[in-house]
Amino acid sequence: MLKITDLNVFYGPIHALKGVSLEVNNGEIVTLIGSNGAGKSTTLNAITGIVKVASGKVELDGQDITNAASHKIVQHGISLSPEGREVFPGLTVEENLRMGAYTRQNKQEIAQNFERVYDLFPRLKERVSQPAGTLSGGEQQMLAIGRSLMSSPKYLLLDEPSMGLAPNLVQMIFSLIEEINKQGMTILLIEQNANMALSVASRAYVLETGRVSLSGDAAQLAQDERVKKAYLGA
Amino acid sequence: MSAFVGSVINGIALGMAYALIAVGYSLVFGILRLINFAHGSIYAFGAYMVFLFVTLKLGFLPAIIVSVILSGLLAFLMDKVTLEPLRKKGSDTIAYLITTVGVSFVITNVLSLEAVFGSQRRLFPSTNLFGSIRIGNLTIQSSQIIMFVAALILMLIMTYVVNKTKMGLSMRAVEQNGRAARLVGVNVNRVISFTFFLGGASAAIAGALINGYYQSISPTMGTTIGLKAFAAAVVGGIGVLHGSVVGGLVVGVGECIAAQYLGSNVRDPMAFVILIIILIIKPNGLFGKKGITKV
Ligand SMILES: Nc1ncnc2c1ncn2[C@@H]1O[C@H](COP(=O)(O)OP(=O)(O)OP(=O)(O)O)[C@@H](O)[C@H]1O
Ligand SMILES: [Mg+2]
Repeated sequence: MLKITDLNVFYGPIHALKGVSLEVNNGEIVTLIGSNGAGKSTTLNAITGIVKVASGKVELDGQDITNAASHKIVQHGISLSPEGREVFPGLTVEENLRMGAYTRQNKQEIAQNFERVYDLFPRLKERVSQPAGTLSGGEQQMLAIGRSLMSSPKYLLLDEPSMGLAPNLVQMIFSLIEEINKQGMTILLIEQNANMALSVASRAYVLETGRVSLSGDAAQLAQDERVKKAYLGA
Repeated sequence: MSAFVGSVINGIALGMAYALIAVGYSLVFGILRLINFAHGSIYAFGAYMVFLFVTLKLGFLPAIIVSVILSGLLAFLMDKVTLEPLRKKGSDTIAYLITTVGVSFVITNVLSLEAVFGSQRRLFPSTNLFGSIRIGNLTIQSSQIIMFVAALILMLIMTYVVNKTKMGLSMRAVEQNGRAARLVGVNVNRVISFTFFLGGASAAIAGALINGYYQSISPTMGTTIGLKAFAAAVVGGIGVLHGSVVGGLVVGVGECIAAQYLGSNVRDPMAFVILIIILIIKPNGLFGKKGITKV
């Protein structure tokens, strides 16, 4: 279980997270929704050690990993597909994926993960030796997701995985999220597309200016008038 | 004619050794967007370590190996002690720059202390191990051949490390996106340490090769050679490995031809004349990438 308790994060004078608590149980898909600037990415960056936590706790299966160094997080089984892709532009598709498996030693496991990513995204397989910087935006997004799968994570954190994708690809990404979740991966998902996110998630948290304003069963939240009004465009 | 060919050959041999120094600037620049002004002093340190251990009767090759390790460690330590704390604090580029200038002063001055090596020139053991070859009126010394071949082999090894090994892959990843590299599990500080070590070690080898040819060393020699190699790195396109080789060769050949026909006073400034001309034609150097700013 990934558990965050009373997290506070500051960017200089900006109080970005004001006591955020949430938990993701093993095997779940949990989604974090909220408007721009609510603190969604900051939450994931705090979990992965990209930003410093001022107070509060991040725990993973009971182990305290608050403010652990970013490069150690992946060894705990957490993998982040960051907002805005962040691929290595000068490395080829294959090298990007290889970097995703950086902490893995087992050759066979790495080969299997390559297989899996290429099965999920045949588009990437056709472009193995193309520099990532020359991929289309959508292809880079696939690469970012693929790269985050290469470390065989237990917990996958996805920050707006459907950003910049054509509608049919958005559909595909969401089926993919459901599929890898069925294979046993626990997922914390941030999405602009709240409709879709609520439909695949079992539970959801709504963030508003650095605070959790609502939380609960995803299907129920999708019916909530406040959520409908603010995030579902109803 | 043979004078011309002679200076070209001389330039190619020297240029290959310059490339070995240039690559240290280039690799560090690639990863940190930092010009390491202490690099030249580490080159001098490397040469003095060879001198020291040869004087202590260790034998030439073992002395080089010890010097390579010590110089690599010195570069590594310089980063750990003076630059890593700045990274932790998120300091400005200017702080890094002046720090490397300061480290350069400290190393150079420690070498010049009377109690250490003294400021006077010293005789350096010759690498002219197999005499010389004569073709017509052209003489090629074995120290030149050794300099060229050894530097070439090392550059090939370096290229292999950067392009084919896991460490090399993570160096390139850190260069392109440090945050993403951290997220996939790369210990960025360790990659930086390795890069400094590699740069220091290759500068030490260049120190043995170049001074084995000139047979003389002084504590301040790193300043001129360092600036020339830096010019070579920029001529080729800083941050680009094969750019260092081509840049080194262009500078080496250029300065030897200039010295031959315009007098030896023109030798050292020539690197910068070439640099200025190349930068006017190609602002990013011969193989340089556009838009180099660290994000
Ligand atoms: N590096 C930073 N420096 C200063 N302020 C920041 C920084 N990163 C984020 N912020 C601020 O913190 C707040 C939360 O940002 P965050 O990126 O977490 O929002 P978000 O919910 O992910 O928004 P979006 O949906 O637009 O991605 C915002 O007000 C933002 O301006
Ligand atoms: Mg965001």
